[in-house]
Amino acid sequence: MAAALRALLAGQGITDPLMVGIYTGGVWVAQRLHRLLGLENPLGTLDISFYRDDFTRVGMNPTVKPSLLPVNIEDRHVILVDDVLNTGRTIRAALNELFDYGRPASILLAALVDRGGRELPIQADVVGTRIDLAAGEHIKLHGPQPLRLSRVSGAR
Amino acid sequence: MDKRNIQLDDDGQLRHFLTIEGLKRQMLVDILDAAESFTSVTEQTVKKVPLLRGKTIVNLFFESSTRTRTTFELAAKRLSADVLNINVNASATTKGETLLDTQRNLEAMQCDMFVVRHAVSGAAHFIARHAAPHVSVINAGDGRHAHPTQAMLDMFTIRRHKGDFYKLRVAIVGDILHSRVARSQIHALSTLGVEEIRVIGPKTLIPLEAHTLGVHVHHDLRSGLRDIDVIITLRLQHERMTGALLPSEHEYFQLYGLTEARLDLAKPDAIIMHPGPINRGVEIDSAVADGPRSVILNQVAHGTAVRMAIMAKAMQRLPSLPARELH
Repeated sequence: MAAALRALLAGQGITDPLMVGIYTGGVWVAQRLHRLLGLENPLGTLDISFYRDDFTRVGMNPTVKPSLLPVNIEDRHVILVDDVLNTGRTIRAALNELFDYGRPASILLAALVDRGGRELPIQADVVGTRIDLAAGEHIKLHGPQPLRLSRVSGAR
Repeated sequence: MDKRNIQLDDDGQLRHFLTIEGLKRQMLVDILDAAESFTSVTEQTVKKVPLLRGKTIVNLFFESSTRTRTTFELAAKRLSADVLNINVNASATTKGETLLDTQRNLEAMQCDMFVVRHAVSGAAHFIARHAAPHVSVINAGDGRHAHPTQAMLDMFTIRRHKGDFYKLRVAIVGDILHSRVARSQIHALSTLGVEEIRVIGPKTLIPLEAHTLGVHVHHDLRSGLRDIDVIITLRLQHERMTGALLPSEHEYFQLYGLTEARLDLAKPDAIIMHPGPINRGVEIDSAVADGPRSVILNQVAHGTAVRMAIMAKAMQRLPSLPARELH
């Protein structure tokens, strides 16, 4: 993923991107990528709990972590990082939250795993791996040290 | 109150917020934690989140209160809810409509939450008992009974400055008898497990049954302030002076006014709080109110985040359908 991202950034002429990880797994992946790419801007973190589209059905996340964007994102190139890309609703929520902080110049999306099942027209620019899951199967990232993926059966 | 706590739904989640009484410690901690998260919203360029988008919240104030109503309105707007401020003095209740009729009409307009301020104790509870299933009620102060959101923002302020509650000694100074704020603070502090709560004031302003609330009663300010971590001064209502409960404001200040000299009895890092608006030179000296240990303006700043947390928690619903995961 780091190599693919580096090539993508070079191809687009982006030299000082701001990387932002989505809690919780996305932050773990972003920490690794941030180090591998040697990015100068500090890593940002995003908790999209207040932006979920199913709040009135599932209630509030009991452990919301404050989002932290260490630099102004106005006109900045952002790399958004999540662990598992599934329906696309988390990314939709993250995009909405980012725009409440300012108007970035561009946003690239990097996901460790694309497991399909999209409900929104959202695709990642860089994907670590694609996994086809059986009905009722889910994927879970364990971390932060070491990072490990596992398949989980049944409800999450 | 019913044996069943009507503040909670069948799953033990907060539905109404009427009083601190009957709420478990973890519920209060959850609210404080959520409020902590909401403070970050004010740091965004767009100071709001879409959590309650599409919801309508009614500020139903039967008693005037600019500050509390404003922070509730701001909290609701920062959650993206639509807000109606009902001017009760000009409303149908003055034309003879009952409280229940007013409530029914607002519910028929598909309002989702009532924030109620009323001079009569139990008014918010009455509205909650008659609320439609989709409606939540928040008590913004009822008579002498309770002011739970004020108490929670006070707890938030204490936690921000002092961390853990367990080792704290807290003193509440002033008119305990008529104070809904003090009642709610005492319940919140007890639930959160502080080491000692003291109430300090003249005999005429401390209820006889105060000891049943688990507090230590002091009529002497000096003994009451000794080794205290948190001092909460209460607003003294002017009508208490004419009600023969106190001789004069001047004498009250002489005996119970918080001055820098008296602060020496408290711990050096004690914080000073006041629910506002303050009477300078009556409950508190200006030098103390504006001094380095005063966190009075912090309390005001925390009011919005804490009310956002309470509104969001009261409006959340457990899923009736399987939850859709966000990925």
